[in-house]
Formats: sequence, C-alpha cells, structure tokens
Amino acid sequence: MKHTFSVCIGPASFRIGSAWAEPVEQLRRLYADYPAPEGGFVDFSVRLEPATPLRQWLRPSVAIAGDYMLPDAAPLPLAQGLLAAEMGMNLQMALGWRRHVLLHASCVEKDGRALVMTGASGSGKSTLAAMLGERGWRLMGDEFALLDVQKGGIFAFPRLISLKNGAIRVMEQDADPARFGPLMEATPKGDIRHLVPRADAIARMGEGAMPAMLLFPRFGFSPAVRPVMKSESFIRLTQASTNYVALGEAGFTALARFVETVPAHAIDYGSGDEARLLVERLWDAAI
Amino acid sequence: MADDDGQYLYRAEGAEQLLVRRLDDLTLIYHRRSGLTHMVTAPVPEILTAMGGDALSALQILSRLSDRFDLAVEDEGSQFAVIAARLEELAGLGLVERL
Repeated sequence: MKHTFSVCIGPASFRIGSAWAEPVEQLRRLYADYPAPEGGFVDFSVRLEPATPLRQWLRPSVAIAGDYMLPDAAPLPLAQGLLAAEMGMNLQMALGWRRHVLLHASCVEKDGRALVMTGASGSGKSTLAAMLGERGWRLMGDEFALLDVQKGGIFAFPRLISLKNGAIRVMEQDADPARFGPLMEATPKGDIRHLVPRADAIARMGEGAMPAMLLFPRFGFSPAVRPVMKSESFIRLTQASTNYVALGEAGFTALARFVETVPAHAIDYGSGDEARLLVERLWDAAI
Repeated sequence: MADDDGQYLYRAEGAEQLLVRRLDDLTLIYHRRSGLTHMVTAPVPEILTAMGGDALSALQILSRLSDRFDLAVEDEGSQFAVIAARLEELAGLGLVERL
C-alpha cells in the first residue's frame, strides 16, 4: 500500500498499510518510541482501504482489512483513521494471537508483580490502569493481558491507551499534552483520544510479571469490595478471553492455575480517586 | 447393555481423558477428547471417581458412594434418582458412555 508503518507492541508486531497519509503519520508520531520489527517480519498486517474506490477522495471512508477481518465492520471517516488502525490491530490480536491466553483485561505492575483488571466495557478498567500508570505503577496494557501458558506470568501489551469520553478530561489533567493523539469526537465508541504510555512502560514492554491480584472493577456505584470465588473468576476469565477455546488444554491449565493462585476481588467505585484508594489498600494488604 | 436387574450400565471416560481441578463449589473438568471444559458440582465428581473404569448401573454406583460417604438410608430413592439423572446428563456430554 502507499503508506506503511511497522511496530512492535510487547511480543506482537504489526504492519499497517494505508491508502491515506494521515493515519500513518499519526501512528508514526505516537509510536515513535516503540521498536520496529526485526528484519521487517511481522505477525499481523492491517490495511486501511477506501470503502469503495471513490471514497479515497470523496468524503473519504476507511474500511479496516487485514489477516483477520470482521465482514460487517462499518467503515469510519478519515478523521477517525487512527481509531481504525487501532481497531484493526486489536482485531488481529483478538482473533489471531495463539502464543498466550489473551485476556481482555488491563494490567499494571509494581515490584515485579502484576495487577490484572477485567470487566465489561465501561467498567473503567482501562482508565484505572491509565491512572495507576501515572502514579508509581508500570502500565502493562489497557486492553489485553497476555497469560503465559508455561510459567503463568503475564506479558505486557502496552499499545496506545484508548481514552473514552469522561476519561479523556481526567487524564488530560495528569499527563503531558505531547503524549496525546488527536481528539476524535462522536466515533462509534463515543469520544476517543489516545495517550502514549509513559516511557518506562514502553522501554520495559518485554518484561513480564507474575500475577498477584485480579480485580473486577465496576464504575458508577458506591465504594465496595467483595472477594470473588475461584470458580466465578474462572468463568469470568473464560468469557474475557478470545482464544481460550482455541488453546485447548494449555489454556485450561493456565487459567485454572491462575485462579487457584491469584486472589480476586470485585470493586465498585464512583470516582477515580475512590478506585485508586481501594486498589492501593487491597494491594498493600495482600502483598 | 443392562445388569441382572435390567438397569442401564455406564462406563466413565478414561481418567487419561479428563483433567480435573476442584476449585470451591465448582469442579472443572477438561475433556481432552472434545476439548470442552465442563463446570460441575457435587455429586458429579464423586460419581466419576466412584465409577473408576468399571461398567456400573446407577444402583451399583449408589452402593459404592454409600460405602465412601455417610448417605442417609431413608433418602435412597431420591439419591438413586439424582444419580440416574446425572448419568444421563454425563452421557449427553460424552463424559460417560451408556453401554
């Protein structure tokens, strides 16, 4: 394709090809500190193509294509081309990654131990990870946590943090303006703005960590904590994994070991500060 | 196949086909042959353990369970019904075979 960009995020590598320059220029700026794939070989390809030939120029409309595709994915306007690229990369991971149990979860690390947070869209797991990543924790990922099937460690996938709606304003108060991507308003996912993780999260993205705590956050409720049984954790983690079934026995063994060894809690919270205090308290008590 | 009393006989899937992890209220069973994970509660794990590799009827399984657990004698009728129902469900999942 006319414009291309390749990048490594954790153990995965991507090539993004685009019919337009803008999305690739934005990727190049935001992923400037990430390594390039060795030898140019990549795990996945993503293509941003005109939805129809005319739509390259006339009201440009970006269709997401790649090694793995969703046939009914709606195209996005060119102003949301960066979002299209990110969605394409996520889709490759969700449908194609087989080297780890892929958990739809955010993850942060402190003192070599990982805190994994999972929950439905809107639970705040991504924002919470972003906030902790600015306050003494290493962000390992806001979207995917990679569980090693052999040794049970978590590997990082610190892609750009995808901030949505209210979380954008919260994080704009915390992080250097130079680390933000363009504000994309009224996308199919609401307002979106990407944030580059802190330098240490990028520099150390090859470092795994043993999981020490699993949280199921829920935003919009009075602060509360309850322990979660191993069986409930197992069920919810199989639902949060896109490749559990495909990995077969290796996935079963890894996930069973995870819930047997990692304490789990559900936390309700109404604000970021409340959540942070709950997390820090639980962490200090457990570690 | 039936025993002398005309009851169905069942044989559990070989132990080498099952990975069992007891968590809390639930027990996980990964079935290697199908690649499926089953989440079961008592008395399913106990039934599978009691069956070993033998061809047994529900009544024979109840007898084995009675030897291992302190089951109330007056509830034998409902215990038999529960075991018979679980065996049919397990047969449907492929975890036991009705002979």
